[in-house]
Amino acid sequence: MTSERMKAGLPRARSRAVLTHAGGLHARPAIKLTQVAKRFESAVWIALAEQGPWIDAKSIARVMATKTPYMATLYFDAEGGDAAEAASALARLVESDFTDDGNGA
Amino acid sequence: MAKNVGIVIVSHSPDVAKGAADMVRQMVGTHVPLAWCGGNPAGGLGTSVEAVVKALELAWSDSGVVIMVDMGGAETNSEMAIEMMPEKRRARIVVCNGPIVEGAVMAATESSSGATLERVRRAAEELYSR
Repeated sequence: MTSERMKAGLPRARSRAVLTHAGGLHARPAIKLTQVAKRFESAVWIALAEQGPWIDAKSIARVMATKTPYMATLYFDAEGGDAAEAASALARLVESDFTDDGNGA
Repeated sequence: MAKNVGIVIVSHSPDVAKGAADMVRQMVGTHVPLAWCGGNPAGGLGTSVEAVVKALELAWSDSGVVIMVDMGGAETNSEMAIEMMPEKRRARIVVCNGPIVEGAVMAATESSSGATLERVRRAAEELYSR
């Protein structure tokens, strides 16, 4: 995973957000998170700690498997042309309790 | 013409098939072509080739369709249904080896982002491949 995550020269952006969604990252918010991550061309990873382990935020099976609990901090790391937008959109999604998906919804 | 890969859910039980389809609709949304079938023509448990063919037509997308099945006859009848489809569509239909409920939701999540048939299939099968 580390080597995959070290493509030199690409824009990189990080963000974080506290999961205030009651019940944690259960199926519905996990699906929403994955769908938002997939809108970006950048690779996007998610972790429950700043030092990882990092998992692919575009994989619904893996995102759901994190079983992220209520009030945990989610860390996002994006790499690619729209990394900054991806990192901020995902943090905003979590902070807004999964209502602001950056799509005017 | 639908662009996202379609999902067909085939269960022996119409309640299971409909329930799985409800979960897809409510959790993933309406941007994915979706159809389900289940039960035999007499109203009991079972699957029928004709019903799968109808579901394939309902959920058809030029990007392809994945079929999620529960067990046994659901799989063989789905394969027979594929054989009854027009030849140029057959290569764009795959029966997935994944859990019918979770697989359908995960496949639909993948499809909703405009993913290819192969990527949707992989998402549907991811839980069984780890």
